[in-house]
Amino acid sequence: MTVLLECENLAVTFDIDQGQINAVQDLSLTLSSGECLGVVGESGSGKSQSFLAMLGLLARNGRASGSVKFRGEEILAANRRRLNELRGSRLAIIFQDALSGLTPTMRVGEQLAEALRCHEAVDSAQARARAIEMMEIVNIPDAANRFSAYPFELSGGQRQRIMIAMAMICRPDVVIADEPTTALDVTVQAQILRLLDGFRRHTETALVMITHDLAVVAGLCDRVMIMYAGRPVEMAPTATLFDRPCHPYTIGLLKSMPTLRNDPAADLPVIAGQPPDMRKPPPGCAFAERCALAEERCREERPQLRQVGGSQQVACHLVSA
Amino acid sequence: MLNFTLRRLLIAVPTLFLIGTASFFLMRAAPGGPFDNEADLEPQVLENIRAAYDLDKPLMEQFVIYLGKALQGDFGPSLVYKDFSVTELVAIGLPVSAKLGFTAMLLALLVGVAAGIVAALRQNRFIDHAIMAMAMTGIAVPSFVVAPLLALFFGLYLSLLPVAGWNDGAWQNMILPVIALALPQVAIIARLMRGGMLEILQSNFVRTARAKGLNETRVICKHVLRPALVPLVGYLGPALAGIMTGSLVIELIFNLPGIGRYFVQGALNRDYPLVLGVVIIYAALIIFLNLLSDLAYAGLDPRVRKSYR
Repeated sequence: MTVLLECENLAVTFDIDQGQINAVQDLSLTLSSGECLGVVGESGSGKSQSFLAMLGLLARNGRASGSVKFRGEEILAANRRRLNELRGSRLAIIFQDALSGLTPTMRVGEQLAEALRCHEAVDSAQARARAIEMMEIVNIPDAANRFSAYPFELSGGQRQRIMIAMAMICRPDVVIADEPTTALDVTVQAQILRLLDGFRRHTETALVMITHDLAVVAGLCDRVMIMYAGRPVEMAPTATLFDRPCHPYTIGLLKSMPTLRNDPAADLPVIAGQPPDMRKPPPGCAFAERCALAEERCREERPQLRQVGGSQQVACHLVSA
Repeated sequence: MLNFTLRRLLIAVPTLFLIGTASFFLMRAAPGGPFDNEADLEPQVLENIRAAYDLDKPLMEQFVIYLGKALQGDFGPSLVYKDFSVTELVAIGLPVSAKLGFTAMLLALLVGVAAGIVAALRQNRFIDHAIMAMAMTGIAVPSFVVAPLLALFFGLYLSLLPVAGWNDGAWQNMILPVIALALPQVAIIARLMRGGMLEILQSNFVRTARAKGLNETRVICKHVLRPALVPLVGYLGPALAGIMTGSLVIELIFNLPGIGRYFVQGALNRDYPLVLGVVIIYAALIIFLNLLSDLAYAGLDPRVRKSYR
């Protein structure tokens, strides 16, 4: 297992009319080959933005600071040319909405072949053959003909498969899947997840699974990072996290998951309240307002992520080591 | 696609008929007549003239006569420009206006599209603000101000170009009117192009293209430009029809024998056949250019192509 991605104190800020939003702060993590990391959080928790920032894909008003290293090379400050060399070939990303994520005026096969051609010296016939081969691998029926289809002529699941094929065509070292199944129905979801998992196992690719679906994490990931209000609040191996969640937010998330043992008549437990306004973050723990256990200290002093047990990290004052 | 085109051309026939009919009766409903400006005609003389042009017959009968002749391509004599038929006047004026308008639009497209792209790629920078300020000026300053200023400066002051006149369409005579016609179009096109680009630049598929590692030039050329042209194409059809059928102001200021002045003079003088003829030609042009612009949509967007079956 080689370390592929090292991220230290990553922060992402967006300039808006009323000032600045700190979308991500104090994010540090490492990712090794063949590993699958789940990143869980609600909308606006910064889970997508942190990984977009690593690839230099933030919106125009976004800025990233800190350090991100790929195989030891600093890439956050890399120039555009170097970044373009890495993007798509070593670091790939799968976006969630495959309908708006593919260029509507271009044939899907060309969009696939283009991803290959900008990184490898292949002629158009070879690129076409590889693109069709990839389409077959992601189970697109009649791939040779579908090569010249336009995105609107494919179903939602097929478009998502094209996105996956596009990310995988250069055999990247790291694949970031940003909610790849949210727009799909449940049966297609399962197929897509199986496909991603298969890729990871065959190619030693490191997979980052950004999701708000804990069930996806449980079935797929080795390690989980829970994010809240732009910061990681808990990081642990999947089994540990489900057995012994430490952060009150994680506990709340797990409780609000429907299981077969739930009383069908009873309401699911929910975490009351709203995440804080990111324009005016509270000085203490961001979750304190919604936390049943919060004390005076939680509202004043921000808890740092620290080691509890062997491999678990939590940012909470109330958890003892 | 062929079916779609044929269908649209077929629908154009009843459309033109309706436009012609409506214009015919609207013109007649306006007060006054074609010979009101002639000084004190004897009642008997006026009667004779009216009879010569069938104007003494009941309105419905006149309409049937007009329709019958128009179907054979005869749009009647002009009532004001004596010795000229409407067809002749159009044959003189339309090529002049069309040549001017088409050249102006071509120029406006080249400059406007380029300016719009540059502005969008440098959004909120100095060059963007400069281009948009110029575009606002271009839209706000009317052509009856721009045209005389151009003539004054380049014609009189610098003596570089002729002040006015057509001179059989010599290029020196075309420069100033073409620029005056093109300026407001440049402004509108630049704004449309910038808007289209900015919208597409924010879209998810552009982010996907960047995530593939494509360089910026390729992202813009392959993924942004084509979809960004869509708002422009919808504007171009009608705008081209408008600019090709002549601008009264430009034709008057530069003393050009275009069709725009015939149209306005015809309407003021109640020259019924002339106005009708010009209206029908204008309508036919609009219908045709709208069809072209719809076909261009299909060329740009495969989804539209499919819906044209």
